[in-house]
Amino acid sequence: MSDLNAVTTAEAPGPAANRPRHGSSPAKPRSLAGDAWLDLRSSKIFWISAALVAVILLMAVWPSLFTSAGPRDCVLANKHAAATSGAPFGYDFQGCNVYAKTIYGARDSLIVGVFATLIAGVVGLLAGLAAGYYGGWLDAVLSRFVDVMLGVPFLLAAIVLAKRLSSDPQSNGIVAVTLTLGLLGWTTSARVMRSAVISAKGQDYVAAARMLGAGAARQMFRHILPNSAGPFLVVLTILLGVNIASEATLSFLGVGLKGDAISWGLAIAEAGPSVRTAAGPLVWPSVFLAVTVLAFIMLGDAVRDAFDPKLR
Amino acid sequence: MFRYIVRRLLQMVLTFFGATFLVYALMFANQDDPYQALVGERPLSEAQRAALDAKYHFDDPFLTQYWHYVKGLLTGDFGISLTNRSINDMLAEAWPVTIKLALLAVLISAAIAVSAGVFAGIRRGGIFDHATLAVALVMLALPLVALAPLAQVIFGVKLGWFPVTVTRDAGLYDLLLPALLLGTVVFATELRVTRSSVADNMRADYVRTAKAKGLATKRVIGVHVLRNSLIPVITLIGVDIGALMSGAIIVEGVFNIPGVGYQLFKGIRLEDGPLVVSFVSVLVIVFLVINLIVDLLYAALDPRIRYE
Repeated sequence: MSDLNAVTTAEAPGPAANRPRHGSSPAKPRSLAGDAWLDLRSSKIFWISAALVAVILLMAVWPSLFTSAGPRDCVLANKHAAATSGAPFGYDFQGCNVYAKTIYGARDSLIVGVFATLIAGVVGLLAGLAAGYYGGWLDAVLSRFVDVMLGVPFLLAAIVLAKRLSSDPQSNGIVAVTLTLGLLGWTTSARVMRSAVISAKGQDYVAAARMLGAGAARQMFRHILPNSAGPFLVVLTILLGVNIASEATLSFLGVGLKGDAISWGLAIAEAGPSVRTAAGPLVWPSVFLAVTVLAFIMLGDAVRDAFDPKLR
Repeated sequence: MFRYIVRRLLQMVLTFFGATFLVYALMFANQDDPYQALVGERPLSEAQRAALDAKYHFDDPFLTQYWHYVKGLLTGDFGISLTNRSINDMLAEAWPVTIKLALLAVLISAAIAVSAGVFAGIRRGGIFDHATLAVALVMLALPLVALAPLAQVIFGVKLGWFPVTVTRDAGLYDLLLPALLLGTVVFATELRVTRSSVADNMRADYVRTAKAKGLATKRVIGVHVLRNSLIPVITLIGVDIGALMSGAIIVEGVFNIPGVGYQLFKGIRLEDGPLVVSFVSVLVIVFLVINLIVDLLYAALDPRIRYE
């Protein structure tokens, strides 16, 4: 899960000790990321959401730390049984331990969320860089394409694409959902990247690099990218939360994870019909899903506030 | 303005063909054996194949099949679902319920969001402003697929204030809880946009002029500020429709409301390809048309906006 760490903490690099503190020496320039980190350190929302994200990550990497029961130790005799010490959330209609199932549900959700965000990030980065840097017909084609993609409601497109990709009845749908969310999710990040690149392209330091003989790739990746990556990374952090919610939604609708995958969305869909008999199997996955998505989106929001003080 | 309308129409035509082609290709292209996908395991005679060909055009090349499908969409003939019901009839039955639900959701959430946004925008940076922004962020972040079942358990099952499931001839009260939940998907953006546009307009010159003329604050805000601040909120309707469609699929699925979203939800579960394709296409068309109308309305409402 180090990939997720890379995404969520990329905006706050390095220990704060080797960076100048607020106002201590105005002569020394601070980088954008350094400024943002100073802002973030005093934000309560940032620390709360970061702590929540850390617990969820731990749950995904090491679920046996939280529960000794397995998610698939189901005994039909326990159907809808009340809570015990090993199963504080009770049992569901198949006699599975709801607590264990909910804890283990974090892993597949995060795998889908992280990899879908990575795919969307790479595609969005390349498309945004190319469109912003080269302009002309490439920009026109890419921008119209993004317009068309944003012209279709997201969930409708995702239903059709996920259904197509998960035609293999043997698979558990993780690859299909990841691809679906990745291929549909890159548009916003590409737009953000494109406009940041266009404003960075006209700066003097890029012209200087060009005059010193830097090629297109060097200009893009060494000079333009580091100065336009901030808003792009913020969009990706929020997209991570959105992707986790979308995975649960698709699984709930029946075109997402299936088979041996454990997903909060799947658990919500399974518990729906017997909600009057037993509410626990429905309530706990919903709570965990809500808290997870909220934590990631709040984190993204706090990071955006730090990067873009104008928005406040 | 004329050039803008033409360009906007061309863009819509492009999106229409792009989206319907993709939907159709993804659902039906490269099927191993479309006949067996329809009839299941039973053996199939030549006569049955011919009958299916006549009904579903399997023997035509792909582009011809796509053309049949687009022609059906444009002439309002959506064909037959795998459960052998006319998709037109299903749509006709489902739309009124969904429209009622969506209208109720939009009215409630817009009324609350706009009035809260106006108060927050007038006193920007105050306690009320901070509180509403926090509520909006939480609402924006909570996924409906978690929120709707939770509300169903709490307010439907435990407290018994609202019905747990909703029937076809449901009254407004039965739809209230689903509508409130559906409203959360549009609440946050409406609130944020109202707030920032009110806050911007409060600093505008014409507001200072109105105050200098000695008008009452009520009139300055109620007439001068509000009229100009609501224009950006109207453009949100276009974006909102997309969010409402996604939300309706979930909410109607959770509460068993027999609307468009529920039929689509059931169609996905039953692997009913023709039904899913038709419903998705109709929803996409509705979305495109409403967005076109909203964009044109925006250009007409705000004289400062002139598109090249």
